[in-house]
Order: sequence, then structure tokens, then C-alpha cells
Amino acid sequence: MMDFINFHLLPGITLGAIYALGAIGVSLTFGILRFANFAHGATMTLGAYISLTLVQATGWHPIAVLPLAMALTGAVALAMDRAFFRPLRASQTIVLVMASFGLMLMLRSAIQLVWGVQLQAMVTGIQRPWIVFDALRISPRHLMIVAAAAGLMLAVHWLLSRTRTGKAMRAMSDSPELAQVTGIDTEKVIRATWLVGAALAAAAGTFLAIDTHVETQMGFKILLPVFAAAILGGIGRPYGAMAGGLVIGIAEELSSYAWIGTTPLLEPGYKAGVAFAIMVAMLIWRPSGLFRGRSF
Amino acid sequence: MEQATGIFLYGLSLLTMGGIYAVLTLGLNLQWGFTGLFNAGVGGFFAVGAYTAAILTTPAAASHLGGFGLPIAVAAMAAMALSGVMGWGVARICVRLRADYLAIATLGIAEIFRLILKNETWATNGARGIAQVPKPFESLAGPWNMVAMTLVVLAIVGVLYVLLERARLSPWGRVMAAIRDNEPAARAAGKDVERFRVQAFIFGSAIMGLGGALMAHNLKFVDPNLSEPITATFLVWVMLIVGGSASNRGAIVGAMLLWTIWSATEILTSRLPPDWAIRSAYIRIFLIGLLLQVVLQRFSGGILPERRGLARRPSGGD
Repeated sequence: MMDFINFHLLPGITLGAIYALGAIGVSLTFGILRFANFAHGATMTLGAYISLTLVQATGWHPIAVLPLAMALTGAVALAMDRAFFRPLRASQTIVLVMASFGLMLMLRSAIQLVWGVQLQAMVTGIQRPWIVFDALRISPRHLMIVAAAAGLMLAVHWLLSRTRTGKAMRAMSDSPELAQVTGIDTEKVIRATWLVGAALAAAAGTFLAIDTHVETQMGFKILLPVFAAAILGGIGRPYGAMAGGLVIGIAEELSSYAWIGTTPLLEPGYKAGVAFAIMVAMLIWRPSGLFRGRSF
Repeated sequence: MEQATGIFLYGLSLLTMGGIYAVLTLGLNLQWGFTGLFNAGVGGFFAVGAYTAAILTTPAAASHLGGFGLPIAVAAMAAMALSGVMGWGVARICVRLRADYLAIATLGIAEIFRLILKNETWATNGARGIAQVPKPFESLAGPWNMVAMTLVVLAIVGVLYVLLERARLSPWGRVMAAIRDNEPAARAAGKDVERFRVQAFIFGSAIMGLGGALMAHNLKFVDPNLSEPITATFLVWVMLIVGGSASNRGAIVGAMLLWTIWSATEILTSRLPPDWAIRSAYIRIFLIGLLLQVVLQRFSGGILPERRGLARRPSGGD
């Protein structure tokens, strides 16, 4: 039982929190700009590398440099929108998807060019888990990631429910035509969407790097779980994305628990397939997601 | 003289690889150009074809499934059949999805294929891949084996082109274009949209499987990196978009052109100092991505846009 909690449930919650942060950006872009942004994974990678560079330059803790990394990643996302998405604003959805597909690879190769391809560590040294009640092992890293992610999600909640921009974002996600008629400045909302989505992506990438390591494929590896989380939560529903992320993260980690007998239910090599299976099941049976988001 | 031979041989290998990519691009054109199905898992079907061909033709080895000793032509047909069956399965699940969802789902399926190729070591030798895949005409002397291989690949491209061109202009192809351009109208006209889409997906996947088989025999080696989204899926997509989607000639021209650029830049960059030569691979991918963006923004029809009486869907959200 304790093994289940220590080695599956707690890591699952951590991973879920990371997916959730990534999925908010995908869900917002999908809801407001109406296309699946394949470059979101590469944005997460970029955020992780920016954090890494800041950590190396200042010697501070990754969480301390995170706000700056989030801002810088957001700035890059605004530049990418200006160069690659804005000129295609009037095109069909699929052209935007293709542009994002291309941008995913441009961004990744640019990262490989600048930072090289070797694995790098964000936090060096081994951390011992805290042992509570002789049995519960809590890794300080996991605790920190979950706490910081929860803080960011509260901030997103505040943004969406209290600020003008956030309300405009929700309105545009619900009905862009209506939002436009009511005089919302769509370009401004789109910029805010990129900024928020990319900043959260930077946080997700940084947390993933703290949990594991920094490498150029890291964002691509979690792109599908992040999409799955956004779809599970219902496209255009940021709160759904948070819940979806947790569900996917926990499901992935629980899939390798020895539910029957002593061998893992699913070989750890196939963990990545879990998110995909959940996603396909959702797309078939309930395309609007658990939280009744948009379905196309 | 020696230099001339070198250039000749290089030209042959360029034509062979370009031809194999043309097969893949023609398969994608059937799905995307004809029918508007966004398959982001080209690499997956390609890998299924490549592995099927490799397993069925390699000599017995302890490290992977094999020892069937089938002739290359039979293995290539089996590769097409298996990729087609996979395509059928995928299409049954995903074909109703909106374009972006289909893209996400197919990308996921390709990644699952890759997980299987990596993890089922008993069959595929995992990440180490399968070597000793026979190359056709290996017994021929000197350059003739290469000439023969090139001719076979080009002949396959030619046959596919003729067949696909006929398909495009046939009533079947017109239904496909109608579905792509205006699905509600096609539905209203009583067409079974789902069935036509499944058909396009199966045929396109089978052609990609053939491309995979040709690649396995040409390289004499397969490994899970064959289905890398960058080189397999992305390059084929850019080839089709640059060449002109919905146009079979565009698909072939795009494949040949992009492969020439891809391959020629490798020659140029391999002369750079080692430190930069490693980095140049990333510069090349970056530039291919940039090329895609430029084409999307400025020449959305590609080099050889589709020619038919019908106008393409007007721009504007769908």
C-alpha cells in the first residue's frame, strides 16, 4: 500500500500538475485561436532551457528564476505569433496547425543549435525524501513542484475570474463572434492568450526539468499527454485542463503499478501510451470532454 | 572521369531516395490533397511497411523475428497490405474527427507504433534495429545494381502517378474533392462521407507502407528512428505543401526538390569544421521549417497547384 502511494500516486500527482500547467495553454489557444498548437511542447522545452540558463548565470534556485523565465518565454511566444500565426489569422484552421507543426521543429532545432543536445540537470545533487510516519516518503522536489503549480493555477483562476483580460479571454473562448460584437479587442486577447499559455508552458517545462532533467525532446515527449489533458478537460475550459492534467498524470503512473500479482500492469515503456488511449476514448465517446468544452 | 562517375552515382542515389519520398508524398496526397485528411502519423505507416519488409526478407537471426526468406516483391506487397490494414483500423477510429483532432490522434498512433518497435525487442531488436535487409540487384556488377534500383523506384513512382491521376479524375476522385471542399454538400448529395474517407486512408497508408518497404531495402537497415516525426512525417508534409497539395505532379516535384535540397545541404555542411557539422543538422531542419512557413504565407498553392475546374475552399475559418 505504501509503495502504491510513494512510488505511484505521489509521482502521478506531480506529473499531473505539470501536465495541467501545459494543458491550460493548449486549451486556451484551442479555445481562442481555434487550432491545435503543436509548437506548445517546444515552448515548454524552451522555458526549461531559459530557466536552466538563468540558474547557471545567477546560481539561484529554479523557482526563484521562474518568473523571469516565464516572462521571457512569453515574449518569445508573442514574437512567434507576430511572425508565423498572425499572417495566417484569416486562413483555415488546418493551415495554422501546419504552421505550428513547422514551428515545433524550428523551435526544437533552434534550441538544439543554441544549447546542444546533451542531457543537463537543473538541480544537482541527490535529495533524500522526507520520511513521514516511518512509511510515507515525500520527495521535497515533488512537494515544491505541486505547491508552485497550485500557486500558478490559483493565479490563473484569479486572472480568469477577476481581471478584464481574463473575462475577455473566457468570453472569446465561449463564443468569438459574440465577443467581437461586444467590442472586445480580439488581437489584445490573442496576445494575452499567448503570453499566459507560454508562461505556464515555461513553468511546466521548468518543473519537468526539476523532476527529471533538461533535454531537447522533453516537450515533445509530454505534448501528447498535454493534448490528452486538454481534450479530457474539454477544449476551451482552463479548469477542465487542470483536472484533465491530474487525471492523465495519475493514470500514467498508476498504469505501471502491480494491480494484479507482482508484475507491473503495463510495462513502463508503454506509459506514454496511456494518455493516448484515454484521449482516443474521449474523442470517440465524449468529444466535448468531461467539462463540456467545445467539440468539433 | 572519376569525378563524373561520382556525380553520376550521386545523381542515382538522389533519384532513388527522391523517388522513395515521392511514393510517400503521393500516399499523403491521396489522404490530404484529395480528401483533406490530416495524417500527422506518416512516419508510423512508413515504419510498419519498412519493418514488415525487413522481417519478411532478412535471414534468421537470434536478435529479432525473421528467417522467412520471402522474395522482396512479395514482402513489399505484404508491407502494403499490413500498412493498409493498420490504416483501416486507424481510420475506423479517427476518421470522423475534425482535422486538428485527427492530426493529434495520428501523431499519437505513430508514437505508439514507435513505442512498440522500441519495446518489443524479440521481434524488432529494439533500438538497435534490423540489419542485413537485402537490397535488390545486389548480385549485379558495378553501377548497374544502382541503375537497376533507381529504375525500379522510378517505375513504381510512374505507375503510382498514372493510377492516382486516373483515380483523381475518376468519379471516385471527384467525390473525394467534393468531400474535401464542401462536406455538407457531399453529404446532402447522398455520399457516404465516412466510407470514402476510410478508403482514402487505407489506400494512402498502403502506399506509405510501400515507401517504407522501398526505404528498408534501399538503406539495407531499419530502426525505430525511421518513424522519427521530423524526418519521416515532417519532411513528407513539407514536400507535399511545397510541391502543391492535391496535385500528383506537385507531390512528385516537391519530393524530388526537397530531397535534393536536403541532401545537397548535407554535402555542403559536411565540409564545415566538425563542431559546426554536427550543428548543421539543426540548421537544415530549421531552414526546412522556415521554407514551410514561407510557402504557407506566400504561395499557399505550392509550385504546381491543383488544376481542376473547381475552386478550392475559400479561405476563412471552417
